[in-house]
Amino acid sequence: MASADYLRTVNGQAVSRHELPVVSYETFRWTIINTVKAGAHLSALPVWRPDPEEPLRILAVLSRPLSGDLLLVSCHLPEPWPSLTTDFPAAHWFEREIAETWQVRPESHPWLKPIRFQHSHRSPASGAVPVGLTGFFRMDGAESHEVAVGPVHAGVIEPGHFRFLCHGETVYHLEISLGYQHRGIERAMAGGPGPRDIHYMETLAGDTTVGHATAYCLNVEALSGRSVPPRAESIRAVAAELERIANHTGDLGALAGDVGYLPTMSYCGRIRGDVLNMTAVLCGNRFGRGLVRPAGAGYDLDGALVETLLDRLDAVEKDVTGAVEIMFDTPSVLARFEGTGTVSTAAAREAGLVGVAARASGIDGDVRRDFPYGHYRLARPEIAVGSTGDCFARAYVRWLEIKESLAFIRRQLQELPDGPVTGAAAPARGDMLAVSLVEGWRGEICHVAVTDAGGRFQTYKVVDPSFHNWFGLALALRNQQISDFPLCNKSFNLSYCGHDL
Amino acid sequence: MLRIIKTRLEQKYRTMAYPDGPPPDLPPRFAGRPVINGAACQSGCDRCMVACPVGAVRLFDADKGPVIDTGGCLFCRACETACPVGAICFDREYRLAASGRESLLVRSGSPDFAPARYETAARLFGRSLKLRQVSAGGCNACEADSNVLGTLAWDMGRFGIQFVASPRHADGLLITGPVTENMRLALDKTYAAVPAPKIVIAVGACAIAGGPYTGHPEQHNGVPHILPVDLFIPGCPPHPLTILDGLLRFIDRIK
Repeated sequence: MASADYLRTVNGQAVSRHELPVVSYETFRWTIINTVKAGAHLSALPVWRPDPEEPLRILAVLSRPLSGDLLLVSCHLPEPWPSLTTDFPAAHWFEREIAETWQVRPESHPWLKPIRFQHSHRSPASGAVPVGLTGFFRMDGAESHEVAVGPVHAGVIEPGHFRFLCHGETVYHLEISLGYQHRGIERAMAGGPGPRDIHYMETLAGDTTVGHATAYCLNVEALSGRSVPPRAESIRAVAAELERIANHTGDLGALAGDVGYLPTMSYCGRIRGDVLNMTAVLCGNRFGRGLVRPAGAGYDLDGALVETLLDRLDAVEKDVTGAVEIMFDTPSVLARFEGTGTVSTAAAREAGLVGVAARASGIDGDVRRDFPYGHYRLARPEIAVGSTGDCFARAYVRWLEIKESLAFIRRQLQELPDGPVTGAAAPARGDMLAVSLVEGWRGEICHVAVTDAGGRFQTYKVVDPSFHNWFGLALALRNQQISDFPLCNKSFNLSYCGHDL
Repeated sequence: MLRIIKTRLEQKYRTMAYPDGPPPDLPPRFAGRPVINGAACQSGCDRCMVACPVGAVRLFDADKGPVIDTGGCLFCRACETACPVGAICFDREYRLAASGRESLLVRSGSPDFAPARYETAARLFGRSLKLRQVSAGGCNACEADSNVLGTLAWDMGRFGIQFVASPRHADGLLITGPVTENMRLALDKTYAAVPAPKIVIAVGACAIAGGPYTGHPEQHNGVPHILPVDLFIPGCPPHPLTILDGLLRFIDRIK
């Protein structure tokens, strides 16, 4: 792998897209495979058409935690192209996406089918795509059976279709078919930046409003060459950690509920609301809408608000500690958590898992530490890593992260830098490419923006952590009791709309 | 066991007193129902309309000022910020729900809140209302803030209102999201499975008018284009208090 084969950059920095070398597909393929073998992670694999006359371009964003940089590798996409998946399983979901979006076939892909049931970018008017109709795996045998649920599930939850291939009570494989929430976000982002962009980002996955808005803003700031005032960076980090605490607390409550441990379920449901209300103190909205804006933050904090937040933080810490510790102190809960839905370190690595799910399986990775951005360049939270890869590890990693985030927010509020919260905005520069990585509460969020000569988005690609992790849920279910599905599902708690876009 | 009891004592009883007592505190920066001062509006200025990312602000003749469709509004305050004379101001009024789509249009001199009561629902479901929630392209924020009403702090069950797992057990649907094309069939089937008489509640800007996704070919600009809607609950997402207030006024449990 010669250095002329790739472009090295770092998180949240724009590069001229003409600097990006175009290599042969063979070089592209082997660069990815070798870099991943050396410990890199495939963060995004966008495809776009730079000009109407040009062939499709494919870009691999490879994040390297050890050196903290990003390798960008690019080539013209041959049609059809030899699939990466056979050598590099984590590519399989990406390749399905490309095949669906651009109607180009990855040869010898083992499991090619739609992921969103969306219209192809090539022929948007080619008629209706029947949602949910696809080739599912089948298992034959006298005692084998299938259980199909969804898209409308039993609870108040987003839609998706799950098929369990079972032998008796044992699940051999879980097929996950998504796409029901597809709203056309990436298609609508092309040609931007536009006035709705930030609202798309904030509602891309509503529980990750701060995470996705931050990733978008990092890209816009990089493309326009603007920096963010330190006070705004700090407020963004506080909001991001509040988002983490709120969601993790909700998840621990839901996990408790799934094993019938009602005290923690009841308390955590309420405490999650208390944390959301803290975000609302910041910006008026419980999910952080309007708080993260290009070149700054939408709202400032004064001394009285900081005091309010610190007081509420103390109350939340006391409540959540009491609520969660009794759960981890209860043998019957632990008996249901431990050894359930195990994903080994090797499987997690091969499937390319990120975030809580990856750390629970022993992969020591976190964007805040490995590819620091914004305020995390100055203040780094401790990263919690589990080892067992089961529901217990995914629950316990969440609990450790809640404790760390509480301490982190307290420190940032006490040391809030002075100064303004908004910087000058500027238009995006033309012919640039920017990649941002953000550690959302679920895991790594990656946004890729490429601009044309006029500074408009040629393509805007979003990779939600759920995109990497849905297959992890399928792996976790293997050889489990079908009745353990709710518990396994909640231990991942993945986003449907973040996946469907 | 002792620890569980100790924790129970520490966590206390925290179900809110509302509606018998005061509603829970809303944050000072909360954006509720807009108030429009038509007299202040300058003729010939359309900055509020231009600033709105989703076209929820319209202009009537100059002396009456702008009209905000709270059904499509994202409550992003862009119009408020854009107005040079302060003719638009987002109040902290949380009572946003209405049973008529037209009532969601807020103009100069509009009453504090619109009627939400629905005769049939009040008569049939006033003491027990079971809802099947369908997320039809919702981002999970409306879903989360609907779901939260089931927690012990809000305890919607006090009023006989509950989310149920099957449409066969439901009196109606509570729908979030703009109704994506990919959810259209599932929504139709779920609606068909609810026994009549049935009601439909649209929660959030997406479900009422498409929200940020209005105009996208991948969705249907909200539930009214697909099903008859009996209660509209605006917001992006609506505060749980707004949702609870809407439901309670709908079935005539509070005036």
